[in-house]
This record gives sequence, structure tokens and C-alpha cells, in this order.
Amino acid sequence: MSSDQLLAFEVDCHLFKDCGFQAPSVWSFIFDPIFEVGGFEFNKPMLLALIGTAAILTFFWAAFSKPKVVPGKLQMVAEALYEFVRRGIAREVMGKKGDAFIPLLVSLFFFVWMLNLWAIIPIAQFPVSSVIAYPAGLAVVVWITYMTVTFKTNGFVGGIRNLCVPSGLPKPIYVLLTPIEFISNIFVRPFTLAVRLFANMFAGHILILIFTIATWYMLGTFLGTLYATASFAMTVVLTVFELFIQALQAYVFTVLTATYLSQALEEAH
Amino acid sequence: MMNLAASEAQSPLLPVWPEVVIGLIAFGIVFFVFAKKLLPAINKALDERREAIEGGIEKAEAAQAEAQQTLEEYRVQLAEARHEAARLRQEAQEQGAALIAEMREEGQRQREEIIAAGHAQIEADRRQAAQSLRQDVGKLATDLAGKLVGESLEDVARQSRTIDRFLDELEGKAASAESSGAAR
Repeated sequence: MSSDQLLAFEVDCHLFKDCGFQAPSVWSFIFDPIFEVGGFEFNKPMLLALIGTAAILTFFWAAFSKPKVVPGKLQMVAEALYEFVRRGIAREVMGKKGDAFIPLLVSLFFFVWMLNLWAIIPIAQFPVSSVIAYPAGLAVVVWITYMTVTFKTNGFVGGIRNLCVPSGLPKPIYVLLTPIEFISNIFVRPFTLAVRLFANMFAGHILILIFTIATWYMLGTFLGTLYATASFAMTVVLTVFELFIQALQAYVFTVLTATYLSQALEEAH
Repeated sequence: MMNLAASEAQSPLLPVWPEVVIGLIAFGIVFFVFAKKLLPAINKALDERREAIEGGIEKAEAAQAEAQQTLEEYRVQLAEARHEAARLRQEAQEQGAALIAEMREEGQRQREEIIAAGHAQIEADRRQAAQSLRQDVGKLATDLAGKLVGESLEDVARQSRTIDRFLDELEGKAASAESSGAAR
């Protein structure tokens, strides 16, 4: 049995039957390839990522490709989402200077959100962003943009100062602070940006899996069924919670990107 | 457990290159379509909407300003009309008063004329009456005296002198009686 085919109800193992609980683990996040082309393995997260891309583009294409001054319902919803990122994130964090980065922030927000949303979409039920490769790729994009903007705005020396020397502090502090800032801004930031998203979605998926598998596992006896009911209720609650976390993490990812870029745009003092 | 084998094969914190590439391609497509097509389109629509709304507000403001101006004009015209009316009334009153005064004066004048004419007429009548009376009295007296004396008093000159004297005496008496009456 390969790891991705191991669904909860395929293990005929129940409470009080002298067999252990099949807890979800790392294997829940590894999928056998759907097909292989010359060593390139196409798996389920890839498929979901591509379908997600198509879904985002379909939705916004339908809403925005022929925009009307008096919007229809679809355009109104899409506009509300767009305005949320444009005003709520870009303008709020970066001000007028952020207008150039609105396309990046908007794409990031909806792409991340879509990857997260897969966690609770029936049949798919897997957050693509819980595979580190996707958040890592996005973090690299953000990092490259961050560095480019920093050095383009401030020049090389100014850029280094922007990254390593926060202004307005007593001089001895810089001995300590400069290396910390250097490591923090250049290495830690992209890493945490990727890992924060990954870990949240990973943990969320594990939680839902635990209660889903447990629901199945505890069925059978009367007492076990009572437990299973409680476990199922938890699954539902966690699913709703995840719905919230998915949007929140997409928001956090985008806001942090905006914060980094806004810092990069700051003139060195 | 075969699951453990899988977990050993791959740490969840190590990205796999094919997945990174697919993720970047997917994101790249999203970014490209948003940046090149969808966001410019919707921004244009949003700008147009803002302009339409602002244009509407401007139009409304213009209309309001025009209405205000018209109202002011009407007020000014109304005030002018009132002023004019008051002036006309004043004038009419003055003219009326002048007319009345004039008419009164005219009436007065006419009355005086009439009175004066009446007086003159009376005087003329009286004079005529006195004249004819004098002749008649003279004739009657002469006739009477002639009849009484029995002789004809044909000497006209003498007659008239005598009569005149007599009448003058009568008049003198009458005048003295009148004056004495008036004194009394």
C-alpha cells in the first residue's frame, strides 16, 4: 500500500479490537506520482496547484476581463476582494509607494489562499501549501523582490545599510545589532515566511486528519461510537477553524511581504 | 510500518525541485495575468467609476449653484418690483392729492366767479330797475301833479329839473335814513 492511498477507512482497524491507531504523520503529505514523464513525477499537490491557478484565473477573468462601471454581482465580489488587498494591505502597509507592488501582493494573496483552501475542498482535501516546496518558492520570489527593491532604491552601500543598520540608536548597540539585522533580514525572513505558512497548514491538516481517522477508528462498539461522534464534531469545528486560518495565513504572508518591501523602499538616513 | 519508510525518504522541510518549479510556474501565471490584463482592466473601470461619481457630484453642485443664482436673481427682481410698486403707489398718492387740491382750487375759483357774476348781475339789474323806476316815478309824479294842478307842465326842461331835484331830495333822505339806520 502506498502512502497516498492510505485513507482512514481503508485500515479496518477499530477501537477495542487489539490494534493500534494509525496516526497521521509525514506520510500523509507524500503522494505517489499520478504519472511520470521522463523522471518528472506529477503528483496530487502539483495537480491541485495547477487547478487552483486555473480557478483563480477563471474567477477573476470572469469578473475583471470586461469590467463595467456599474458592476454585476460577480464583479462586485471580486472587487471587494481586490480592494481588500489593495487598500487593506498595500495602501495600509506601504502607502502610495506600494502601488507598483499591488499586482504582486494581489497575486500572492489569492494564490496562497487558493493553495490553503484546497485543505477543505471535498475530494482534494489537501493544503498544497503544507508541502514546503510551494511556500519556499513563493518566499524566494518575495526575497528576490525584496533584495532587488532594496538595492535599487538605496544603491549598494545604502542597501546594505538599510538591511543591516537600523537608524536612530546609540552607537555601541550597532556592534550587536548589525549582525543580528543582517542575519534576520537576509536569511531568517524568507525562511520564516515560508515555514510559517507551511507549518500552519501542515499542523492544520494533521489536526483534521487525526480527528477524521479517529472518528473511523473509534466506530464499532457503543462506547466507541459515542467517542467517534465527539471526534466527528471536532473535525467539523476544526474544518471551520481551518477555513479561518487559511485566509489568515494568506493575509499574514501578504502583509509581511508588503512590510519587507515597504522597509526596502525606505530611504537610508 | 511502510509509512515510516516514506517519512525517512523525505523530510517535510526539504523542498523537492519539481514541486518548487510547478509552484513558481503556477504563481507566475497568476501574477502575469493579474499584472498584464486583469488589474489594469479593473483599475480602469474603478477610475472611470470614480470619475463618474465625481462628475455627478460636480454636476449636482453646478445645478445647485445655478439654482442659487436664479433664486438670488428672483429675489433681486422681487425686491425691485416691490420698490417700484411702492414708488408708483407713492406717486399715485401724490398725484391724487395734487389733483384733489387742484380741483378744490378750481372749484373755489369757479364758485367765486359765479358769485362775482351774480353780484354783478344783481347790481346791473338793480341799476336798470332804479333807472326805469326813476323814469316811471318821474312820469307818474308829473302826470299826477299835472292832474292835481290842472295845468300842463310842458316845459320839459323845467319839469325834468324839478323832478330830478325832487328825486335827489328823496335819495338824500333815503341815504340819510339808511346811514342813520346803519348807525343805529
